[in-house]
Formats: sequence, C-alpha cells, structure tokens
Amino acid sequence: MWEYAPAPESRDIANLKPNYRMFVDGKFVEGSGEPLKTINPATEEVLAEVSTASASDVDTAVKAARRAYDRVWSKMPGSERAKYIYRIARQIQERARELAVLESLDNGKPIKESRDVDVPTAAAHFFYHAGWADKLGYAGYGPDPKPLGVAGQVIPWNFPLLMAAWKIAPALACGNTVVLKPAETTPLTALVLAEIIQQCDLPPGVVNIIPGAGDVGAAITEHGDVNKVAFTGSTEVGKIIQGKLAGTGKKLTLELGGKAANVVFDDAPLDQAVEGIVNGIFFNQGHVCCAGSRLLVQESIADELLAKLQTRINTLRVGDPLDKNTDVGAINSREQLVKIKELTESGEAEGAQRWTSSCPLPDKGFFFAPTVFSNVSQAMRIAREEIFGPVLSVLTFRTPEEAVAKANNTPYGLSAGVWTEKGSRILWMAQRMRAGVVWSNTFNRFDPAAPFGGYQESGFGREGGRTGLEAYLDV
Amino acid sequence: MAAPTTLPSALADAVRDESSLRRFLHGLPGVDQVGVEQRAAGLGTRSIKKASKLHAIDLAISMVDLTTLEGADTHGKVRSLAAKAKRPDPERPDVPKVAAVCVYPDMVRTAADELQGTGINIASVATAFPSGRSTMDIKLADTRFAVEQGATEVDMVIDRGAFLSGRYGEVFEEIVKVKQACGDAHLKVILETGELVTYDNVRRASWLALLAGGDFIKTSTGKVQPAATLPVTHVMLQAVRDWKNQTGELRGVKPAGGIRTTKDAIKYLVAVHEVAGPEWLDPHLFRFGASTLLNDLLMQRRTQLDGHYSGPDYVTVD
Amino acid sequence: MSDRVTVAKTYKLYIGGAFPRSESGRSYPVSDSKGGFLANAAQGSRKDARDAVTAARKAFGSWSGATAYNRGQVLYRVAEVLEGRREQFITEVAQSEGVQLKKAQSVVDAAIDRWVWYAGWTDKIAAVLGSSNPVAGPYFSFSTPEPTGVVAVLAPQQSSLLGLVSVIAPVIASGNTCVVITSQDRPLPAITLSEVLATSDVPGGVVNIITGRTAEIAPWLASHADVNALDLTGSPESLRADLERSAAGTVKRVLRNKVNEDFTVTPDLSRIRAYLETKTVWHPTGV
Repeated sequence: MWEYAPAPESRDIANLKPNYRMFVDGKFVEGSGEPLKTINPATEEVLAEVSTASASDVDTAVKAARRAYDRVWSKMPGSERAKYIYRIARQIQERARELAVLESLDNGKPIKESRDVDVPTAAAHFFYHAGWADKLGYAGYGPDPKPLGVAGQVIPWNFPLLMAAWKIAPALACGNTVVLKPAETTPLTALVLAEIIQQCDLPPGVVNIIPGAGDVGAAITEHGDVNKVAFTGSTEVGKIIQGKLAGTGKKLTLELGGKAANVVFDDAPLDQAVEGIVNGIFFNQGHVCCAGSRLLVQESIADELLAKLQTRINTLRVGDPLDKNTDVGAINSREQLVKIKELTESGEAEGAQRWTSSCPLPDKGFFFAPTVFSNVSQAMRIAREEIFGPVLSVLTFRTPEEAVAKANNTPYGLSAGVWTEKGSRILWMAQRMRAGVVWSNTFNRFDPAAPFGGYQESGFGREGGRTGLEAYLDV
Repeated sequence: MAAPTTLPSALADAVRDESSLRRFLHGLPGVDQVGVEQRAAGLGTRSIKKASKLHAIDLAISMVDLTTLEGADTHGKVRSLAAKAKRPDPERPDVPKVAAVCVYPDMVRTAADELQGTGINIASVATAFPSGRSTMDIKLADTRFAVEQGATEVDMVIDRGAFLSGRYGEVFEEIVKVKQACGDAHLKVILETGELVTYDNVRRASWLALLAGGDFIKTSTGKVQPAATLPVTHVMLQAVRDWKNQTGELRGVKPAGGIRTTKDAIKYLVAVHEVAGPEWLDPHLFRFGASTLLNDLLMQRRTQLDGHYSGPDYVTVD
Repeated sequence: MSDRVTVAKTYKLYIGGAFPRSESGRSYPVSDSKGGFLANAAQGSRKDARDAVTAARKAFGSWSGATAYNRGQVLYRVAEVLEGRREQFITEVAQSEGVQLKKAQSVVDAAIDRWVWYAGWTDKIAAVLGSSNPVAGPYFSFSTPEPTGVVAVLAPQQSSLLGLVSVIAPVIASGNTCVVITSQDRPLPAITLSEVLATSDVPGGVVNIITGRTAEIAPWLASHADVNALDLTGSPESLRADLERSAAGTVKRVLRNKVNEDFTVTPDLSRIRAYLETKTVWHPTGV
C-alpha cells in the first residue's frame, strides 16, 4: 500500500497573534463586549482571544462610518476610490499564503480550498469591483447613480474572508462605507483584512470590522443610522432581520439557505458528474449554502452512479485541514456537528439507507465522515432541511418533468445542477429550475463577474456582476 | 467479428458486428473536457513527501519502459541502454531495475541478448510504427519479426485514419490479428491520443482496444504532440477500472512521451492510485514510456536519501 | 333626462378570467367625489384573495413560459382594446376621481400609452438587464432575468386608472402574474379594466382583481406562502410596517414605492426590476 505522508502547511505562516482587536475608525481598539475565544475546530485548542463589540461600540462604528461617508468617501471621485480597492486586492494576493493558513486554522476548511478558492476569489472580488467604482454610470442605473450611505453587513462562518470580500468590495465601489460583523467562530481573517485595509491607507471609518455574536449583528442591522443591510446566513435569521427592518425603509439584501438539487440524466458524462456531485456536497465540508445536497438521479443509471460515487467518496481524505492532501476538513463548530448528527439520525429513523465513507477520522476535533443517504423521499427531513454538512441525499426520477417537479419542491431556490450531454435539455432544465444559479455539467463555480443569489426563501438581491451593484446603489 | 477472449454477454454483443460495435462505442458516457482537466489538475496538487515520495520514486523506476526510438539508434546505443536498465544507478545497487527496454524491431535481438535472465522485458514497437500506414501483411510481418527476435512485449499503433473516419471494425480486426501474431508476447495498443484529439475519442479507442484484447492501452508514440497528458491518462485509467468492474480482468495503462520529471511521474502515480485504484500501482499494470525520466527519478532519489540536492553529473547519461 | 332607463352595470371581482361575486356575498357602495352613489362593488374577502392566488399561480407557468414577443403583443392588444373604450373610461375616471373631462381624457390617454410603453419592454428586458459574464475560467456564464412569480399588488388609492395600469403592466410584462387589490374608494375603473383584459388575449389568471377593503385583505396576501412579492403602493401608511413584517415570513420581495409617486411621468425600470430574479447559468466550454 502506498500511504501519503503527512504534508502539513506550517501554522507559523498564519502569524497567529494571541489577541485580536476590533477595527473602528481606522484603528484597532478594544471592544467593550465580552472577549471571545476562537478555536481551531480540528484540534479544539484556543487560537486567540478576540475582543467583541457592545451596543455602544456598534454606535461608535456606525458614527465613524457615517463621518467617513459624509466627509470623504461619498465625495471622492470614483477613480480614486477604485485605486484604494485595487490596493486591497493586491495586498490580499501578496499575503495569500498567510491568509489561507489562518483561514484553515480558524475555520477548519482544507488548506487546498482556502489556498485555491477562498483567498484568490476574495482578491478577485476586490479587483473586479475596483474597476466599477468610476464606471457606475455605465451599469444601467442611470447616468450618475448614488450610494446609499452606511452599509451594515453580517457574514457567516463558512467562507469568512471570501464573504467579507463579497460584501465590502461592492459596497466601497459604489461609494458606501461599511460596518461589518464577521461570524463569532471565524473572526480572524476579517481582522487581518482590516489590517490590510489599514495598510492600504483607506480613510478612517470607511471600513469598520467589529466581531461579536448575534446581538452585535442585530445592533448593526437595526441601528437607525444604517442605510443598507446585507446579510448572508440562515433563512431563519434572514426572516428575523427582514421583519425587524419592516417599515424602516432600509435597503436589504439577503443571501440565505438552500437545498439544491443536482440532477443527473442517464446521458450525463458520468465520471465528471461523479466529480461534480462530490464537489457539490463535500466542498467545504458541505458548509455551503448552495451545496448540491439533493442528488436527483435518473432511475436507469441510479445503481451504476451510486456505485461509482461510493468508490470515489472512499478516496476522499478527511483530516487535518492544514495537510495539503486533505479533501474534507473539520466541521466548523461543535454546535454544527451536533446539528449534522441530529439530522442524519433523523434520516435513518425515517427509513433512508445510510452509507458512510470508510475513511478514518482524527481522534480529536470536530469531524464527520462523508455520508450518503439513498432511498430518500421528498417527505424526509434530510430532503427538506438544510444540513450544512457532508451529507448527501439521493432521490431518483424517471422523466425530465419529474426531475423539475422534485427539484423545485422546496421553499429554497439558491442553486441547482444539471448533468446531461444533450444541449437542448440543459437549456430546458435551466429555464424551469427555480434557482438563482444553475450549474450545468459543473458545480460550485464562483466568479465576481457572475451574479449570485437566490429565489424565494433563499433570499433576494444578487452579489457579483453588474446586477450585484444594485444592492449598493440608491436605485 | 471474432472476440479474442470470452467476454460477458453485454460486451460480447458489442463486438458482434460493425454496427453493434459502433453503437456500443457511441453509447459510452461522454467525457466533459473541462471536468476531466479540472480533476486532473486538482489531483495534481497532491503533495507527496518523505517516505511516500521515496516509495513513489522506486515504484516509478520499476515502471519505466526505458525507450530509444531514434533513426540514429545503433546496437551500441541499445547495449548501453540495456546496461542502464539493469543497473539504473551503478553506485546504488538497491535501485530497482526498470520494467522493460523499448526499441525498434531490428534492435530487439541486441536488447534481448543483453537482458537475458534479468527479468527485464524486451518491448518492441511494431505495425509500421509510428504512423501505422502500411498494409496489414506488413504490419503482421513486423510484429512476427519482433517476437521472433525475442520481444516479450509488442507496442502496436492503431490506424488513426480508420478510427477517425468511423471504421471501428477495421481497427478492431487489426488489433485482434496483431494480438494473434504476438503469441505469448504482451500487446500494448498505442492510441496516439494526440491525433484522436477529443476525450470522447480517447474513451472509445480505449474500449475498442480492450475489447480487441489489448493487454495495455498506451497513449502515444512520442512522435506526435501532445503526447501523454494527465487528463488523457485519467480517461484511460477510468476505462481499465470500468473494464475490471465489468469483466474482472486487469488491463494496464502506459502513458508515453513528455513525462520527464519526478514531479510529473508522481502526479501520474497519484492518478493511478486514486482513479483506477491501488492494485494498478504495479509494473504489470502501469508503465511509463520514457527516456529522460529515469535520470530525474535517480537524481531525486539521491536527494531524498542524501538530504541534499543532487546534480546531473552524478547519474549516467545512457 | 333621457327617455330611456339605462341598464346599470354590476361590478364584480375578476379571478382566473371569470367575474365572480365575492364568496362572502358582501358588497359596498361606491360614491363619486361628491358623495353621490355610483354603484355597489363586491367587497372581496380573504377567501377571494386565496382563490385569486391559486388562479395566479396556475396561470404563472404558461404566462412566464410564453415568448416575450407574445407577451408584448398581448400587452399591446390591451392598449388597443382600451383605446376602443376610451370614452367609457373617461367618464368613469371623471366620476371616480372627481376631475374635469379634459383631465380625465389625459389620464386615460396616458394609461393607454403606458400599456404601449410596457408592451415594448417585454422583449428587451433580458437584453438590458441580463448579461454574459466574463468569468475567469473555461465556462460560458450568462445571467438572465426571470419573473419572480405571483405578485400581490396594492393598487394606488388615488390614481384609479393610470396608477392602476402603472402598477400592473410592469408586473406582467416580464411574465409574473398578479393579484391586485384596487383602490378602495375608487374601484370602478379597475373592474372595467378587467373587462378589457378579459377581451384582449390576457390569459385568465394572469391578472386578478379584487375590490374591497385594502386593510382587510392585504394582510392575507402579505402572509400568503404562495405569494412571492408584494407591492405596497396602495397600502395605508399605518399598515405598511405590519405588511412588511408579514412578508418577511416567506422572504417576499417587497416594493416600497416612493411617497406620492407621480404616475404621469414616464416610468423608469425600477418597477420591472422589482419583480425579477436573476438566474445565472454556467456551462463548461470544451470539445
């Protein structure tokens, strides 16, 4: 047997510090909230202590953002704003390795993903949006569209740096200032981004980054002097925010949960479909709102596909996120692990057939072996609820109409996949699937030039592309 | 059409006649170019270190078909190649010997004499290599000559013209006949994937060669660019894996041409390991057709063991 | 006084292409601006709203699936039929809104022209709001606007025809279907408009019109799980926040229009954009 020796990326590269502070008005300051300890989910050891915001800190940050908006940022020509944003893109590229290691430490995702996806795509988002800053008149919202003011942004723990980039880059390009709260369990890379922003010499207050839990998020979104709220996270919290904002006139965009169908027809390129299914559900441990968590496979190839899929999943290497050969890293938190376990137990209890990868799991840390449920019906919880973990539910269909009906049979509508070699069928399916992103013969592709966002309870508004600018303009 | 071995009924049906063969080959699942290239690139980022790297280097050395296929080849050149094959690193007797020496038919006798009793195979290209453009009689005579001269393995080329114009039956028959002419010698079927162009064609040609009885499917002659590539090898590894699932038989894969560095070779071994499976990590089932690769493997082996970088002057140039 | 007794019209609801009375059996008197009796209008109920949503959902598939060219022709046909009944609408608008005939004429003309304006948009929306996305990889990626689904529209309370047309046309131009609660006190032009819709190739269920008390029916639509979007234009100020809160229950898209929206000026695209989803499709490019 050929065993791969461990190939860990050195954690020294992360330049981990014992303490991190929040970033307000251009300075790193202590927050008056209860400091939080962020842990490495792969080892359960404490990585650092991070200061958090109190309600009054939120107010200070919003005031700083307002000042920066009124006095500097809204008055600055777009061409000048652009250069600041380009600087950020470049610095992210320069510190890419450090950011990648830090992200994997704090989040638990495999280093090959933070290195090859999260960090480069974060840089790309700044690079892309920088170019818009002085071209907004060409975006289709009139000759001189205006910014909204102060944007309050709350992001999740699954792509900590990337989500910060998705939020901050378009906000700044459109001329808004920002108060952003990173997730409680993954605040570190956002605070290194704050360091980059400081080194890029952005005017104080243009970007403020304040860690904390849900109460800090609520304080930001409900603050009276915030003009725009952008939230990425669970549908449950999204509904609360939309409800709280009712009647305030604040502009809101929500990027919420999903339960995407990945539809495989009998004429699909099978080996690539297997890769797409694996990438669709095991990328980032399945902590992806657009994960292809429901595999819909045409009955005539179900057995063959399932066999190929299991063989492939058995080759997935689960373990140390810093090991360059790790395919599936650690579940982000104990809380999330408990939720995944609870939902998978419900799958068994409701009669689905469970198959678990034979891969060994580390002794400590939060890990969950890749799992596939077959004989799943639409009525089961595992087919309806977002598991947000490495768990795939397999359903079958007989006709294209049935595939569409099952794919759309959910209150969500974030993404969908379709696999077939027949071009006309791809377009037919893409037209009918009620999802904001349809990946055909591929899955989980992201690009700042391509709008991303959901239908129905997966949220509203888009991020990326020309369409994404609307969220940060007064139009 | 005569099937060379007893095939499971589904596959026996596939080779019943020309039209059933066409239907079978065109009924294989398509290959998405972007998907397979991405998968190959992704697996290519595996980081193989320390003991696993040393193991991979020795394994790779034992899989090399040490090749010389030049118009300027001489008996002297072949003799020194054979010496290299037996003792790749004269100062390090623990270095494994290579799998085979691969030469033109007229050099086979020389190689066979040199390698007698070493267990190293003598591979000969045949069938109007590299273009394959000649009559069937000449191709078969070429094959018989190589075997008579002492070749234990024959690397034939398929008629790409016939394949690309859809005359699959013709290609099939040719492989079957060459296989018969080989007798006990192992047959490697060179698809010349650089001329087949698409991955769909590579998959079809792979299955065609397996159905016709090829013991190995081989990417390239080395005379056409591109020669071996990782994604092409992925598609061929999928074919032998699927072949095993359907027939229980193990067939081999040989990428040839363009694999020059240890780093490249390890990427191929990772693909073998994770696409086909660990049982293909065996010189009976996977070969590298290469000439310069061996020296890089030897240099890297020294680096691993000596703890410092080696240089080209410390390995022999044969 | 004419010699003849005129035949008075019965004003009913418009649901799924039919003209039912309210299932509740209720009606309410509608007066002109001076308080004179004009007619009884059906007083729609929550169950009428529910039926209207069912009809709108049923119509959504084929209306959203129709070609943009076809939808453009249908909307233009509405303008044609409306033009033919211009005199009737002038009278009704003058009575409902208490304006002079000349003013009523310009309102009706503007309403007809508004249909023409939106009819021309149907097959341009995708070109103007969609995109081909230059992604950094071997993929073709494009984004195309698609209708959100069933839209609940609270029609303006003042502008009984022009305002009404200005809120319905952008919803259906892109392929949405809708349930409209008319102006509470000025519902008659809306019912007459539904007769125009019924005779101008607009498939039944695409537009459903309910007369009655906005405050009574709107909360049911705002909370209805099969409604995808909500236009608050005609909402009483006191109800807006509550309706928005209800809408949050199923993450509805909510259009909060500008206060005192002026329907006489040519609109921009914001009302069309409000009920569109952007769908991004990716496909590899390879051989």
